[in-house]
Amino acid sequence: MTINIKINGTVHTVDADGDTPLLWVLRDVLGMTGTKFGCGAGLCGACTVHLDGQAVRACQTPIDSVGESSITTIEAIGETPQGKALQQSWIDLDVPQCGYCQSGQIMSAAALLAATPKPTDADIDAAMSGNVCRCGTYQRIRAAIHRATA
Amino acid sequence: MFDSSLRLNRRNFLAAGGGLVVALSLPSSPRRAAAQASPGFAPNAFIRIDRQGIVTMVMPMAEMGQGIHTAHAMLLAEELDVGLDQVRLELSPASDALYGNPLFGPQSTGGSTSIRAFWMPLRQAGAVARTLLLEAAAQKWGVDPKTCRAESGSVFETSGSRHLAYGQLVDAAGTLPAPAPESVALKDRKDFKIIGKPHRRLDTPGKVNGTTVFGIDTKIPGMKIAAIAISPVFGGKPKSVDEKAALAVRGVHQVVLTDQAVAVVADHMGAAKKGLDAAAIQWDEGPNATVNSADIIRQLKEASNTPGAVARSEGDVEKALAGATRRLEAVYQLPFLAHATMEPMNCTVHVKKDACDVWVGTQVPTMAQTTAAQLTGLPVEAVTIHNHLIGGGFGRRLEVDGIEHAVKVAQQVDGPVKVIWSREEDIQHDMYRPYYYDRLSAGLDASGKPVAWTHRVSGSSVTARYFPAGMQNGVDPDGVEGADQPPYAFPAIHVEFKRVEPPAVPTAWWRGVGATHNIFVVESFIDELAAAAKADPVEFRKALLSHNPRALGVLTLATQKAGWGAPMPQRQGRGVSVQFAFGTYMATVAEVEVGTDGTVKVHRLVCAVDCGLQVNPDTIAAQMEGGSIFGLTAALHGAITLKDGRVEQGNFDTYLPMRMDEVPVVETHFVNSAEAPGGMGEAGTAAVFPALTNAIFAATGKRIRTLPVDTKLLKSI
Repeated sequence: MTINIKINGTVHTVDADGDTPLLWVLRDVLGMTGTKFGCGAGLCGACTVHLDGQAVRACQTPIDSVGESSITTIEAIGETPQGKALQQSWIDLDVPQCGYCQSGQIMSAAALLAATPKPTDADIDAAMSGNVCRCGTYQRIRAAIHRATA
Repeated sequence: MFDSSLRLNRRNFLAAGGGLVVALSLPSSPRRAAAQASPGFAPNAFIRIDRQGIVTMVMPMAEMGQGIHTAHAMLLAEELDVGLDQVRLELSPASDALYGNPLFGPQSTGGSTSIRAFWMPLRQAGAVARTLLLEAAAQKWGVDPKTCRAESGSVFETSGSRHLAYGQLVDAAGTLPAPAPESVALKDRKDFKIIGKPHRRLDTPGKVNGTTVFGIDTKIPGMKIAAIAISPVFGGKPKSVDEKAALAVRGVHQVVLTDQAVAVVADHMGAAKKGLDAAAIQWDEGPNATVNSADIIRQLKEASNTPGAVARSEGDVEKALAGATRRLEAVYQLPFLAHATMEPMNCTVHVKKDACDVWVGTQVPTMAQTTAAQLTGLPVEAVTIHNHLIGGGFGRRLEVDGIEHAVKVAQQVDGPVKVIWSREEDIQHDMYRPYYYDRLSAGLDASGKPVAWTHRVSGSSVTARYFPAGMQNGVDPDGVEGADQPPYAFPAIHVEFKRVEPPAVPTAWWRGVGATHNIFVVESFIDELAAAAKADPVEFRKALLSHNPRALGVLTLATQKAGWGAPMPQRQGRGVSVQFAFGTYMATVAEVEVGTDGTVKVHRLVCAVDCGLQVNPDTIAAQMEGGSIFGLTAALHGAITLKDGRVEQGNFDTYLPMRMDEVPVVETHFVNSAEAPGGMGEAGTAAVFPALTNAIFAATGKRIRTLPVDTKLLKSI
């Protein structure tokens, strides 16, 4: 079946089964590899994208569930004020190590800031604990989120 | 010690220049040829400068998060006298001759050696290039090179106003004979402009906007995607598959069977995974279908009762123990661990009739190349390894099993194919940190001072498999790293290594290697001795470190910064560890709180580091933060267990990572020193295990001798 999905403002027509996870459509069909595969089970957050501004796990989002909603990925999050500020504070504090999880971290943080412009540490724990970083950059992620709101 | 052993000799250095011919397929006279093919100047394998003055630095070691590309670029840029904003980085091709790790021989990123190994060669490479550029300018001006100086990518006449940018000098510099690397003057440390100053990492921008390309992001025209299932029982093989059902899935092209695995090749991973499920694979489980953890532990326990190979024996241990006022014995156990890198295992391969291309992130490019050559029967030169930034290494990418699987699949596929492992495959077919079973004993005299120390390590030897020549009379040096040379002065010490290979379970190096295991054991047992002597754990250690000023220095700094000795509430405690590993001294103080239900909350880790000369201090702090969390994750949650020949864990719900709401604050403090640089990628990981468990002892009186921490044992009664 062909499905139209709107990603970063552009409508793409995709020929794939409706239950195909959005993650693989982004990465393998459309070649947008900024969104990462980490666990395939909604446990690590590496594949986080925005669906109408809400953070969702692309590995748990079948493409036929997207409908008319707008998807935003790491490739375009810098066009939002939150995304731009977060990317800069990530650079300022040298947050990434291997960097593989950081697309998902920034996408989760951007959704947090859009909903809660001045998050507390508890807000950050709640919004970010679904995102795993095996390099252990959590301390700098927390600092960078605070910095992006300063 | 490292300075002399690591110095590039002239022959190697010229070979490096000559090797560029191979790398770029250029004719003879390498530097001139390189200049013709790609206008510019290539004085060695690490530096190219084009006529526009763009400096390309070729990185010998793999970047997997440790910040080595930035640190290595800093070493080159310091001596070349260019700004880091003037350089671009390139990953090295597979070549032991050009990019071999001077400490190992082959091209291999591991063991926290990248700074120790390349500290001198890269500075020399930069200095040789700078020397040639200075000489080229001096010749143009008809002056003595001593009257010229280099700065920010230009040569200046010191007394005059003339200057030439490097790009204007490359053609002339390329014709000059290169001096021997050891003959060029390196900068005095007081003149460093880049080394030792915190510098932002060069690889960050691409990592915050999704443009960094990891191995798993490889895109090749015509490429297919394959999902793979390896026999769930180690050593088993596929018996039957429902190929028709798999092919019926839309987007699936092919089902491939290898000796150990089944792969489904499709347009995208969604279809490939669906096809793999539909294939309903039946396995011939082979001889390992009854392997389980309890049997492996029993085997280790029995073997550990008999002597192993002697790693070190000094003084009369038996006599000292017999005469001791107090004698202690303990058994420590550490579990199998998976690496669980965030980027799951993956490898893209295109096998053609006369060539093979491999796109992967690897710590060992030449081993990857040899592996692909052996499997395909192609000459090594026909195999090209396209290395990538690695989404977490931790030792996993020192192994080439993932490349083997991918090549075997690609040999049956027409065109390039990217083989991606699910997270479950990644965890259930990792190569694991060995299970260790350690026996220790010690004696104290009447004053509570240790008179003897014995330690027998029992476990799998990764060295014996990976690098057999590294074994020393039956002792795996990695197996006793941190055990045979503890920082403390003992009148008598006896350390043994007993090799015990588990059935079926493949073992490998894991971040922190031998030290991660042994520092836990040694620093826990020394804490036991302090408790038996009714001494403060810090004072007890200090009394045994009077000969070791650097160890004393980090211990003193960490305990000062942590406020050691200040009272803490009930069920909270501080624990300390001291270590010398990877050429670096460090001490960690952990502050923990243990709930009445046994749950452990780590509030703070205070680390003090003396790693000799620092290249990029902020990266060192980042490694302390990340390394500590990596170790803490394992100490609190990490265990791979086996049942029916299968790994029981599968994803991040059963092999738990620490998360944002769980992690402590990590503080890094430096003891500045002018010693040669030490390694930093793994030190924090090793140090944190005993700091944690010693703090749990301080908080609860319960000694943790088996990892991970069993919180059931910590409930208050």
